[in-house]
Amino acid sequence: MKVELGWIDYLIMIIYFIFVLGIGWFLRKYMKNANAFLEAGRSIPAWVAGLAFVSANLGALEVMGMCGSGAKYGMMTTHFYLIGAIPAMIFLALFMMPFYYGSKARSVPEFLKLRYDEKTRGLNAILFAIMTVLASGISMYALAILMEKVLNWNFNISLWISALIVLTYTYLGGLSSAIYNEVIQFFIIVIGLLPLGFLSLRDVGGWSGLKTHIAAITPQHFAPDTYLTTWKYTGSAASNPMGVEWYGVFFGLGLVLAFGYWCTNFLIVQRAFAAESKTAARKVPLIGGLPKMFLPFLIIVPGVIALILMSDPSKSFSLPVDASSGKPIYDYTIIMLLKHYLPTGVLGLGITALLASFMSGMAGNVSAFNTVWTYDIYQSYIRKRTGDDASDDRHYLTVGRLATVVGVLLSIASAYIASKFGNIMDFLQTIFSMINAPLFAVIFLGMFWKRTTGHAAFTGLLTGFIVALLHHGLTIPQGATTLFKGGWLGHIHTYPVEMAQNFWAAIIAFTVATVVTVTLSFATRQLKPVEELKGLVYSLTPHDIEENVPWYKRPSGLAVIVGVIFIIMTIIFW
Amino acid sequence: MVDIRIPIGLMFSIFGVLITLFGLFTVDSGIYQKSLGINVNIFMGLIMLAFGLAMLWFARRKRKPTNNNPI
Repeated sequence: MKVELGWIDYLIMIIYFIFVLGIGWFLRKYMKNANAFLEAGRSIPAWVAGLAFVSANLGALEVMGMCGSGAKYGMMTTHFYLIGAIPAMIFLALFMMPFYYGSKARSVPEFLKLRYDEKTRGLNAILFAIMTVLASGISMYALAILMEKVLNWNFNISLWISALIVLTYTYLGGLSSAIYNEVIQFFIIVIGLLPLGFLSLRDVGGWSGLKTHIAAITPQHFAPDTYLTTWKYTGSAASNPMGVEWYGVFFGLGLVLAFGYWCTNFLIVQRAFAAESKTAARKVPLIGGLPKMFLPFLIIVPGVIALILMSDPSKSFSLPVDASSGKPIYDYTIIMLLKHYLPTGVLGLGITALLASFMSGMAGNVSAFNTVWTYDIYQSYIRKRTGDDASDDRHYLTVGRLATVVGVLLSIASAYIASKFGNIMDFLQTIFSMINAPLFAVIFLGMFWKRTTGHAAFTGLLTGFIVALLHHGLTIPQGATTLFKGGWLGHIHTYPVEMAQNFWAAIIAFTVATVVTVTLSFATRQLKPVEELKGLVYSLTPHDIEENVPWYKRPSGLAVIVGVIFIIMTIIFW
Repeated sequence: MVDIRIPIGLMFSIFGVLITLFGLFTVDSGIYQKSLGINVNIFMGLIMLAFGLAMLWFARRKRKPTNNNPI
């Protein structure tokens, strides 16, 4: 399964490295204080932040995982790009961004501090910092192991080099450098995967060829077009490969997981915080949403086609097989497809696209980590502002820079931990969604219900997370072989697939967090005076009058455009 | 601060020229069997060159009015 790269492929990679490092180098002279370094001076144009918004999400695990899911679940994977993204992005843009951006909070934990209290911020900041470092370590591990298996690169060397490149450009240029590079990375990913989407579809005879081929290999217990539909067979869990009903997708993915991820994950919303104005910040998720809806053509459709290639011996295409379970390792789908279709030259571009996706995800993690560490942990608990602004600024800039270095080193350490326990990967991703779902409940209630109190929010956040953990400990997906997949406390329910277990964990965590927060809000006193809640709560904030520009340039007009395309895409792929 | 279109435009123009030339030199080399007989290098090279030049052109057009400002 090895791939031979030519000199031209390495040349493409080297030119790409020179450009990403060059941008960091160019931006270094602007990094005069902590605000410029950690918040990009709130000066980024909407379209740049918008592409960074979608690119920061397009990490290596996302690209590898979603292409693999295409081969595993078929077009149902597009749920993650449509119902699992777009409604949440529109909601974030129209209803939440005015409070996030208007509050002048520098991070999501800081918003919790402004709206609730110190302990709520502390809990979220610490969980977020730990999870971010672990997540970037895991994606680093996933990439290095892929490069080792397929390109024969030394695991340690590719791990350290890719980490050092990300470290260099985020150290030099901070969040600005991460964001500008994410835009470059976005275009590299799209252009690098373009020939794959085109060639694979052409190979199976276009969309109609894909239909006939896939119908021939669909298992008997599914309808022949199951793999090319998204909602059609979600009437019962047994009739679709994802093993979920429509309400599991709608509530679990569409409402809870998506809103938890897109609206409260600081790694994502930080891109909008960096925008140059409130209007720009509100446009950011919408501008990101537009390309998001078309990414399935480059990432998921080739994955579905891999399913056809695997069943046809004349194509001589196969995925590596896991030695212990005997199942194909779906994460390799994208790189095996690149190898199968792309000749040297564009192959270098495709591999660079994978490296770029890794870097955009990791830089996103690192730049979110150093902000939360510096503002929400260091500045709040270790060394508070002294009042001397000039020296404070220099001090926190140094701390932010050091946090960048330490964050990368901790990521590298967690990459090595992941290489010891391969399965820890899925487990941590599951935990991330357990943190985000209650967080969304708490932020949502805080923004739209002025009665919500700090004690209630803190307890809601904590119980939501604990209940989700218990759920994971008491249920297993069918065929689970390790405790990382669940069931480490006992066994009260078996889900048909892992995906269903995740959806329901999120729904339960969200519901518990909501119920607890609402109940305790009635039982406890609101300690924040109304004056302090202005600008943070919907009913206490005067509404902005939209600027006098054509309708399609306003956030609401843009939201209509995104919403209409979303509906059309949903119907096309029904 | 920086117009990101300039580095994007430069990078893709370089990629475009490189990959197109590589495609032209490898026309008869048999490496395109994989890609269904299509010389994807020439094809993608030209797309990248066009994209890169378009980015540079947009960046230039945006800057002009401020440079030639009569006041």
